[in-house]
Amino acid sequence: MSIKNYIKIKNLSKSFGDVEVLKNINLEVEEGEFFSLLGPSGCGKTTLLRILAGFEYPSEGEVFFDDTNVTSLPPNLRPSNMVFQNYAIFPHINVQRNIEFGLRKENLSKDEMQQRVENALKMVQLEGYENRYSNQLSGGQRQRIALARALVKQPKVLLLDEPLGALDKKLREEMQIELRNLQKSLGITFIFVTHDQEEAMTMSDRIAVMDEGNILQVSPPKEIYHNPKNKFVSQFIGNINILGAKIKSVSNENLLIEVDCFGSIQLKNYQQIIENDRINIAIRPEEITISKISDSNYDYNFQGNVKNISFYGESTYFYVQLNNSDKILMVSKNETKEPFSENDNCFVNFSSNNLKIIKD
Amino acid sequence: MYNKNNTLFIYCVFYFAFLYIPVLLLPIFSFNDSFHMVFPLKGFTFDWYIQMWNKSRLHQALFNSIKVGIIASVVSTFIALFAAKAFTRYKVKFHGLSYGAILLPFIIPEIIIAVALIVIWTSMGLKLGLIPVTISHILFCTPFCMLILISRMEGFDKSLEEASMDLGENSFWTFWRVTFPLLLPGIIASLLLAFVISFDEFILAFFLSSSDQTLPIYMWSQLRFPKKFPHILALGAIIIIVTSLIVMTAYWLRNLGQGKKKDFSIGI
Amino acid sequence: MNSTIQNIYFRSDQAKAYTLLSPALILVIFAMAAPMIVMIFTSFNTQISMIEIDRTFTTGRYEDFFSKPIFSMLLFRSVKISFFVTLLTLVTTYPLAYYIAFYVKKNKMLWIVLMTLPFWTSYLLRVFSWRVILGNKGVINSALMGTGMIDEPLGFLLYNQAAVIITLSHAWAAFAILPLYVSLDKIDKSLLEASYDLGNTKFETFWRVTFPLSLPGVIGAILIIFIPTVGDYVTPQLVGGTDGRMLSNMIQSLFGRANNFPLGAASAVLMLTTVCLIAALVTYITKKVSMRMS
Repeated sequence: MSIKNYIKIKNLSKSFGDVEVLKNINLEVEEGEFFSLLGPSGCGKTTLLRILAGFEYPSEGEVFFDDTNVTSLPPNLRPSNMVFQNYAIFPHINVQRNIEFGLRKENLSKDEMQQRVENALKMVQLEGYENRYSNQLSGGQRQRIALARALVKQPKVLLLDEPLGALDKKLREEMQIELRNLQKSLGITFIFVTHDQEEAMTMSDRIAVMDEGNILQVSPPKEIYHNPKNKFVSQFIGNINILGAKIKSVSNENLLIEVDCFGSIQLKNYQQIIENDRINIAIRPEEITISKISDSNYDYNFQGNVKNISFYGESTYFYVQLNNSDKILMVSKNETKEPFSENDNCFVNFSSNNLKIIKD
Repeated sequence: MYNKNNTLFIYCVFYFAFLYIPVLLLPIFSFNDSFHMVFPLKGFTFDWYIQMWNKSRLHQALFNSIKVGIIASVVSTFIALFAAKAFTRYKVKFHGLSYGAILLPFIIPEIIIAVALIVIWTSMGLKLGLIPVTISHILFCTPFCMLILISRMEGFDKSLEEASMDLGENSFWTFWRVTFPLLLPGIIASLLLAFVISFDEFILAFFLSSSDQTLPIYMWSQLRFPKKFPHILALGAIIIIVTSLIVMTAYWLRNLGQGKKKDFSIGI
Repeated sequence: MNSTIQNIYFRSDQAKAYTLLSPALILVIFAMAAPMIVMIFTSFNTQISMIEIDRTFTTGRYEDFFSKPIFSMLLFRSVKISFFVTLLTLVTTYPLAYYIAFYVKKNKMLWIVLMTLPFWTSYLLRVFSWRVILGNKGVINSALMGTGMIDEPLGFLLYNQAAVIITLSHAWAAFAILPLYVSLDKIDKSLLEASYDLGNTKFETFWRVTFPLSLPGVIGAILIIFIPTVGDYVTPQLVGGTDGRMLSNMIQSLFGRANNFPLGAASAVLMLTTVCLIAALVTYITKKVSMRMS
């Protein structure tokens, strides 16, 4: 059975006055996918979500749900439902009536209605809260009610606008798992907007990284982490060392690269690159090791000096200044056999297969 | 740091007295058994209240005022409701200009509006009376109502209306199921305060009412005659108490369900 | 409506916004703008009998206004009285707003309600009450004579400009307290703490931090009190006497006994012009000052 693309966005642009917040977006989301829109604030991710919901109309381009053009369909006629950033629980009616709100047109009997509400509350583990009002609920509970209210409509697509942003860290992590499980069991498409890269990584099937109105990369989390397409993506997802470099010579198999901070290296030619191009060499902190003496297991060893040490519990970050350069490398380790302290001399070691070439 | 300031507190008490003594004087003298408002008080009497009861012109004026007040408050609240929605839910082009134009009647001297209306009304050959008074009161009350409703609308999130649309309701049902119930306290406050403003309004009615007196015009006509005067005190005392109760209700309603975000602006 | 137009309408927030605004704008255009234009036209006409107006264009009414000293004098006096009303109201209510904003911890709402409640009770009766307080047989005089402090009533209390100023200041107090309170309450208390921390005294902090930050409220109060009081009629009529007469009283008589609509319209136009010029000046100065401060 082939999985079909449920949502299609074609050549979509959106401007507010002179400001173009979305620039020629093309995107397809599969049925039953947990799809995240990830980016810094102001990147256009919320606007894109609101266009999917029908609250904003694109300046150009089209949106299809299940091959039907819904571009000019108002939100009340779309098969999608939304969980709002601030939850938008109606304060003048109780939880029961909030959840029933969207069922008015379905002509359900009193018992059926009650059953639907009960099921919805059970799904979000808030049985017995029917008579509460919004101001009697905690942030996490409001979030669950918002979820229940949207899901009771049995939408094809659930749109979530940073729904966990207002929760504290612990609760947020619980809800991440819960949301993921819920999505899996319901099998419907989730479009999840967030600026938190960890959140996107842990929950999503695929992530679209956005910046300044463009989608920079659409890939599964691992792919994004290990093969970021450009500098912005690499820096936005996790920590990374970006080293300025220049291509010295190109042969069929190899690239000779002059890295600004430590000199020449050779890499396999796997991208279309021409001589004299400025590029970046990137390496994740956990792919570098730190040692007192040069470690010959690795292709490259450079001398440096430990400038700073930050302890994060599960790992420790060393900020190492390379000799003869002002570049500082980030090195992470979950344990160090040799204890280092600040201002110690050291070696940093890494292999060429961990180095990635990244364009600006 | 800001725990106590006795000097300021004493000043406040004095200012408070300055504010209230003129207001409370009338109810006190309304029970005084004398034609003159002079201390010491003579004796206690209900005569002026009884006298007031028997003035048919007063009844007519009261009826006129209530009629004008109800029409003016309902119409201006309606107009203001639409305008408030436009200003809070859309990025209106020429926002400053439209906003300023609608608020203008509240700022410029009333006598100028009165003069402008009397001139246009008479030059069209129309008869002065309660109709131009009502129109001028609608004009004067609308800015107040709009400011009250705008602050109420800003008090609840746009996403509540969006949530309703998202859950399948169109604009009409969204208004009735979400916007209206949330605005209701503000709408009632707007109705009450607009009614009070219209009920108390003097100068527009003075220019435009001709022989159809409203209550303030009736009181004005009686002020010159010392003998007729005490029953105005009785009337005044009742007006003061009733308007105070209405205004307090309106204040209470305006902050109902607003949580901690209290609003003091009574439309200023 | 076909679907394309419907779509354009649906997408156009401007169309929806202006549909919603139209009743209010129509009201302002027909009940204020149009009458004012007619008023301006009428100010260039001549009253020829009780009910008849000669519609030929003439600047005669403006000549009348400026040739009879009484008119200019009343206009000038109206502005002068309003100026002092504004000043007195601001100076007396500022400490009050300051106290509520910074010292009142509980029941701020109650304080505000109590301070603004008198504003809602009949304007006419409040002004009248001042006549009773200040009159020859009034509360103050009768009380002072009753205690034997004076033998003759103090005649200077009523029917002068001071009486008008005090009464108006009382009547418009709420319009100063609210904007002042709102702007003072908005001030982040940590700014004041920062000022003390940097070595300023309470007094210096007030002049260097609190007062400048409350300027929007002060300007709001100035405009909202000054503009309407220039055209006040009731107060000068009841407590002003001849000395306290203002231009509005003249305008009223031109529409009443004197029955000269064009001259009344011209006076109103000149009052409006003066008010606009002063408001523009205040706004201009404020902008200059706030630009210099930032």
